[in-house]
Amino acid sequence: MAATQDLVAFDEAMEKYDPVLGFEVHVELNTKTKMFSAAPNAFGDVPNTNVSPVDLGLPGVLPVVNKSAVEYSIMIGLALNCKIAESCFFARKNYFYPDTPKNFQTSQYEDPICYDGYLDIELEDGEVFRVEIERAHMEEDAGKLTHMGGATGRIQGAEYSLVDYNRAGVPLVEIVTKPIVGAGSRAPELARAYVAAVREIVKNLGVSDARMERGNVRCDANVSLMPKGATQFGTRSETKNVNSLRAVERAVYFEIQRHAAMLESGQKVVQETRHWHEDTRSTTSGRPKSDADDYRYFPEPDLVPVVTTKAWIEELRARLPEPPAERRKRLKADWGYADAEFRDVVNAGVMDSIEETIAAGASAAVARKWWMGEISRRAKEAEVEPSELGVSPQTVVELDRLVQAGKINDKLARQVLDGVLAGEGSPEEVVEKRGLAVVSDDSALLEAIDAALAAQPEVAEKIRGGKVQAAGAIVGGVMKATRGQADAGRVRELIFERLGVQG
Amino acid sequence: MSELITHSAAKLAELLAASEVSSTEVTQAHLDRIAAVDGDVNAFLHVNTDEALAVAADVDKARAAGEELHALAGVPIAIKDLIVTVGQPTTAGSKMLEGWMSPYDATVIKKIRAARMPMLGKTNLDEFAMGSSTEHSAFGPTRNPWDLERIPGGSGGGSAAAVSAFEAPLALGTDTGGSIRQPAAVTGSVGVKPTYGGVSRYGAIAMASSLDQIGPVTRTVLDAALLHEVIGGHDPADSTSLTDPVGALVEAARSGDVRGMRIGVIKELQGEGYSAGVQARFDEALELLRGAGADVVEVSCPNFKYALGAYYLVMPSEASSNLAKYDGVRYGHRVLPEDGSLTIERVMGATRAAGFGDEVKRRIILGTYALSAGYYDAYYGSAQKVRTLVQRDFAAAFETADVLISPTAPTTAFKLGEKLDDPMAMYLNDVATIPANLAGVPGISVPGGLADGLPVGIQFLAPAREDARLYRAGAGLENLLEATWGGPLLAQAPALGGVK
Repeated sequence: MAATQDLVAFDEAMEKYDPVLGFEVHVELNTKTKMFSAAPNAFGDVPNTNVSPVDLGLPGVLPVVNKSAVEYSIMIGLALNCKIAESCFFARKNYFYPDTPKNFQTSQYEDPICYDGYLDIELEDGEVFRVEIERAHMEEDAGKLTHMGGATGRIQGAEYSLVDYNRAGVPLVEIVTKPIVGAGSRAPELARAYVAAVREIVKNLGVSDARMERGNVRCDANVSLMPKGATQFGTRSETKNVNSLRAVERAVYFEIQRHAAMLESGQKVVQETRHWHEDTRSTTSGRPKSDADDYRYFPEPDLVPVVTTKAWIEELRARLPEPPAERRKRLKADWGYADAEFRDVVNAGVMDSIEETIAAGASAAVARKWWMGEISRRAKEAEVEPSELGVSPQTVVELDRLVQAGKINDKLARQVLDGVLAGEGSPEEVVEKRGLAVVSDDSALLEAIDAALAAQPEVAEKIRGGKVQAAGAIVGGVMKATRGQADAGRVRELIFERLGVQG
Repeated sequence: MSELITHSAAKLAELLAASEVSSTEVTQAHLDRIAAVDGDVNAFLHVNTDEALAVAADVDKARAAGEELHALAGVPIAIKDLIVTVGQPTTAGSKMLEGWMSPYDATVIKKIRAARMPMLGKTNLDEFAMGSSTEHSAFGPTRNPWDLERIPGGSGGGSAAAVSAFEAPLALGTDTGGSIRQPAAVTGSVGVKPTYGGVSRYGAIAMASSLDQIGPVTRTVLDAALLHEVIGGHDPADSTSLTDPVGALVEAARSGDVRGMRIGVIKELQGEGYSAGVQARFDEALELLRGAGADVVEVSCPNFKYALGAYYLVMPSEASSNLAKYDGVRYGHRVLPEDGSLTIERVMGATRAAGFGDEVKRRIILGTYALSAGYYDAYYGSAQKVRTLVQRDFAAAFETADVLISPTAPTTAFKLGEKLDDPMAMYLNDVATIPANLAGVPGISVPGGLADGLPVGIQFLAPAREDARLYRAGAGLENLLEATWGGPLLAQAPALGGVK
């Protein structure tokens, strides 16, 4: 199937063509029940258990709109700076497919609940790109087909297929952009950043679990090329279900190269759906798609229009959390991090943890040191997100307090953290149980210092002669003698005191 | 024949309440009648003997124990086989659903159960309620008790025949373009299409969602009101269901007072196309109403002439989508293609080719075409505009009249097979009933007498949510006519199978 395809190198393609992008992002809402039935909306249960007669399309059933799903949809629209329709209909999209129990999907057609919005996307270097949103409409998800007996798991060559209707009727919001022009060679990066931004927004709103690997957020990416300077769009391909951020970027990158090769060799780009293959990092032809696909849409006669009031919309607007981009801007300024520092924090996924840690009493610098340092390192080892490691903001604050008070040093603090993670209690309790407190008794330290000085008389001499940097060797000796439980700073001070020099 | 089966539901309710008769006796009498005559009539697709008798016995026990019971508790009822029922098969008159058992009850069935009314069984209908004669049932036609060579109307011919053959005192029907009222007219029974949204559609197998409505099929206007009050009211499972209370329908039916009532004669629903006999009975009815003090006026609804055309676009369009689910994948009939590969498309295709009858296919194809890109505006779009015009005609007419009146159907019952090959002639049967469905207003058909020995129906129409007016006007005319006949029209019906 996946015959080697002719590609033109990306940079070369970009010299001659302007890419035009468009995205349809499907967001599964995390409402308790389905879009039109009272069956649970839950992932991962035994197949065909989260179904009601409505979800199975049994004779005689009728849909009832889930009010929470409408509210979530409006919240998404507001977060995407959309207008909200005063009144809108559902429509039936008619097509026969066994994952769709009624053989039509209840969706919205002529009048989506949200329309005419935009989203400002900040790329890594800080350049802001405005993506116009055409619409965000409500619809229901289809069931899930599993093709059995074939080598590939695809329908081709399968002996039979199993269908799970647990997902049938799960509420979806489909967010459709207007054509995105002018991204140039940054198109793949913008694609990724746009989908990442949508995912972040719906997660931040709390209206979706937003897990791409579970299909909570699914992206269809439209790509076309037109000769540089042209205004007439080229023929587009629609790459379906690109299910990770990296895949979105790669799929756009690949399609640009493929389109360029076709155009360069004088072929016509076929308007069709394409399938993304992560293993080969390429797309293959799906089915031909034309604007004339006839779904025989008509207004859903079993439902009354959804009517929104100003008061309701304002009530929902008041529920919106701070937009992620604005929040990041605010936190970066509040914390005084450098651009690179802040970006690392965001990429490491510890921004929320740092915010909570600061709220619990730590300084911005200390919070960053811990979350980007020891905690991230341990999370990586454990292959979990830093926030999932089990370190509470309170732990970090307490660790820092112990260090500040001179009870432990940084090295001991790492051992204390291990103790906390091993379930030995709070940092204070770990210090107690493991006997990790630094030796802060000066007389004990002086004893060790005298021994160290006596052991390295030539070093002592150098220090006396003003070479203060030589003190490190004595400090090292003292630390060794106290098994690391001394406060290195205090040791240094005492050495100079002892030798009568200025540190 | 037991005298019990000739009683109205209201009378049976009285006898039951006074413990002069038991529900078991009443139910058994109707089951006996079904056994005696349904071989000829074929009103029932399924007879629910065991459950009906069990419910009846329960009611009798409860009554003996002094429990408070619903007024219709113990009064048996027949159910159009378009309405889903747990414990009895539901076929919609189609091979497609032969043997299918619903795992859930329609909302109206829940209400029937709550009222503890024994269900006698499921009645025959045109396949998926598509037809005006019940000849399009996959399980053979129902016959008109007045003349077994004639049709009982449709699609609800089974329910109408069951009550007019005294096999059931009450029945449920569904009315999309006249499927309750036209069968009532041609069988000499009473049929009511409530205001759209007045009775929950949840569990009524959809033909055309924006037109379908469940309603009572009975022998008297009062019985219809009693049943309407059982099944009506808001249902959260039906988004199109009204939140209004059902209204004092029984009270209106008991009154029957037409004095001062403004009754509008719809100019466009008489004359050409209406048989002389139908027109004569209609004119007599108007005279009687005038004589009783009603204010009979003429109203014009000029857009009604487009109603049939609009209906045959809206109805098939919605039906084409509503019937898409019958594909053999999840339930019901499944047919494998005789040769070639078993792809999902081919199995769906073979199933639908074999499972649906011609009339259903005709409407699916019509509707699919009407909704197609490029035709949508001209067909579905225009039809919806006509709908608005019909609604405006009604609104204007109801400014000068409290209720409207017309013949229910243009002719009396025709012979079996007579119009089977002429869909257009068949469709014209519903010319007077369709406007109410397009506008969502309620209508009733009451017996208007005989023409050449066959029943004629008189239809009243009322504004949306004013169903009570139908019962007052309908009962008024019923009283006036029965006084001239010296009793119910059905008393003149011929005996069946020599048992009456």
